[in-house]
Amino acid sequence: MKLSESSDSPAQSNHNQSPTQFHSRPWAASLILTAGLGLLAFGIALSLSFGAASISLEEVWNAVFHFKPELQNHQIIWEIRLPRILGGVLIGVCFAVAGAIMQGMTRNPLADSGLLGLNSGASLAMAICFAIFPGSSFLQLMLYSFVGAALAVVMVYGTSSISKSGLTPVRLVLAGAAVTALLSALGDAISLYFNVGQDLAFWYAGGLSGTKWVQLGIVLPWVVAAFIGALMLSRSITLLSLGDEIALSLGQRTGVVKVVGMILVLILAGAAVSLVGSIGFVGLIIPHITRKLVGVDYRWIIPCSAIMGALLIVFADLAARMINAPEETPVGVLIALIGVPFFLYLARKERRAL
Amino acid sequence: MNNVTNGAIAKASHRKKIHDWMVVVILLILLIAAFTISANTGTIRLSPMELFRTLFGQGTPQQELILFEFRLPRMVISLLIGAGLAVSGCIMQGVSRNGLADPGILGINAGAGLMVMLFVLLFPSMQTMNSLFLLPALALIGSGAAAILIYALSYKKGEGISPTRLLLSGIGVAAGISAAMIIMTLKLTPESYTFVANWLAGSIWGSNWKFVMALLPWLIVLLPFAYYKANVMNVLNLGDQTASGLGTPIEKERILLLAAAVGLASSSVSVSGGIGFVGLVAPHLARKLVGPKHKMLLVTCALVGALLVLVADTITRSLPLQKEIPTGLIVAIIGAPYFLYLLSRSKG
Repeated sequence: MKLSESSDSPAQSNHNQSPTQFHSRPWAASLILTAGLGLLAFGIALSLSFGAASISLEEVWNAVFHFKPELQNHQIIWEIRLPRILGGVLIGVCFAVAGAIMQGMTRNPLADSGLLGLNSGASLAMAICFAIFPGSSFLQLMLYSFVGAALAVVMVYGTSSISKSGLTPVRLVLAGAAVTALLSALGDAISLYFNVGQDLAFWYAGGLSGTKWVQLGIVLPWVVAAFIGALMLSRSITLLSLGDEIALSLGQRTGVVKVVGMILVLILAGAAVSLVGSIGFVGLIIPHITRKLVGVDYRWIIPCSAIMGALLIVFADLAARMINAPEETPVGVLIALIGVPFFLYLARKERRAL
Repeated sequence: MNNVTNGAIAKASHRKKIHDWMVVVILLILLIAAFTISANTGTIRLSPMELFRTLFGQGTPQQELILFEFRLPRMVISLLIGAGLAVSGCIMQGVSRNGLADPGILGINAGAGLMVMLFVLLFPSMQTMNSLFLLPALALIGSGAAAILIYALSYKKGEGISPTRLLLSGIGVAAGISAAMIIMTLKLTPESYTFVANWLAGSIWGSNWKFVMALLPWLIVLLPFAYYKANVMNVLNLGDQTASGLGTPIEKERILLLAAAVGLASSSVSVSGGIGFVGLVAPHLARKLVGPKHKMLLVTCALVGALLVLVADTITRSLPLQKEIPTGLIVAIIGAPYFLYLLSRSKG
């Protein structure tokens, strides 16, 4: 019940909140995990059957489980649609879990890899790759995007660490906006100078539809590792979300937890951006909704966010293909259309001054 | 000097005045220096003497062509948009009582960008672009619409406008608009794309006298208006309660001032493209130099802004690259770190 306050309230109010006030709802969480997985399977099936060539669900089943290479429909499903949808699932998980970790660790309800500049850092790295090392393999692209995201994190958190009073959520968003402006200015300069701007735009906007098995194979181990890491860290994140002092007094090594958490965020956001480009707001919306549903325990929030993030992307992608079929609307745009009002709603709730 | 002996206060205020005028004079000298260097920047060099002679009609035809047709209009435009954006930012910061407000951050530039992109998408005949005065008007409509939207979103009944909500709404609206622009990007031809990308990045593209003439009326009306309202801004800075206690019709003044700021920003942006951060950095520097009183602040601010854009544009032109990097990017690369610095210094 108190979850929205707990996530929104700054450190000072945490002193007089005992941990018993922080409800978690294991039942709701279990329900989300099971029903969410079911819904996700349904969404994936639907998404596999929908497209330029309409394929029945039965055939989808056969294509996935009894693949016959000589059938064209099976080829379509296996080579085009399946990697695309799995890519969607993967980035949904990445952005949502990255957002959840950031919101928990910083107690900042507005944290999201897009708003805090991580995505633009990764995009800058991609621009450099496209312009200067045009023959880069996908693995290199992904590693560069980790570095780019790290650059943004260093800048945003560097700002907050020189700052005497730390950064309030709003000021963190402003720092994110400035870092985004700087990194995308550098990225723009590079892509204008080397004429790779539109290539990049296509890469980003069409990222999901261009996903290949090879890319998934490269991204997957990193994402799985980061996700397991997030689960292992989730207890510590819950404690951190109560405030640094409480976490410290409960024996948490907050510094270590923060560093590890940030590395996980970098891997998740960097991997997702290298796959589809910058999709904002997933990491903002999903953890909020998840907290509303399952309570404040990050051991539940993280897996549930993962499922909900995957659901959001899969269904948004389905919608993006249906709206203006056969043409595709970039899925990031669709999510921004949901995300912006959500952000504005949170902004209206935000009472603290800068 | 000697006749100011009647009291320490008078002395101090007199010193402050002298100090302020010194600041203005120094800024003017810097501007002239930057102007000379800028006029001298390019493939064909003009020494200060040659520049001086050419300015007074004594140069060779070639020098006159270069100076009057190519360099001077662009420099004048840099000066004008620098001043316009800086004063716009200063007004926004005063009105929102938030030192981090800026036309770029508040989504005004994004609104203008959206309209420009829409126009290029619908009428892709780029050749006629240079003769168009339509673009500034469109940019104005776009940024005006964005401003109204942001204002409406951050307005709450009973509470009015909160600075925080204003900023956050601006960031949100800007994010929404740029998402919409991604769709359009994909439908552009490569040539249109290059134009739009350059425009958005803030390359001073309208660099001939016609654009100076298009921009000038806005500044001639709005800059003095801002100066005229300096006292109102001083009062608004005291906070809503104090301001209304002093008999200021807050909402009305605020909307008037915001409209002026939007007019300044969007007319500048329409010629320069999306140059951000001038409106943010210039008022801060100016406040450091002359303090928070708006009369002197606005003047200093305009000078600092003009200087900043002129220098950034000169850097752009002097970089030894085959292709020009848009001025706005240089401003962002200088301005964003400064913004972060300000953030880290401001009190939370």
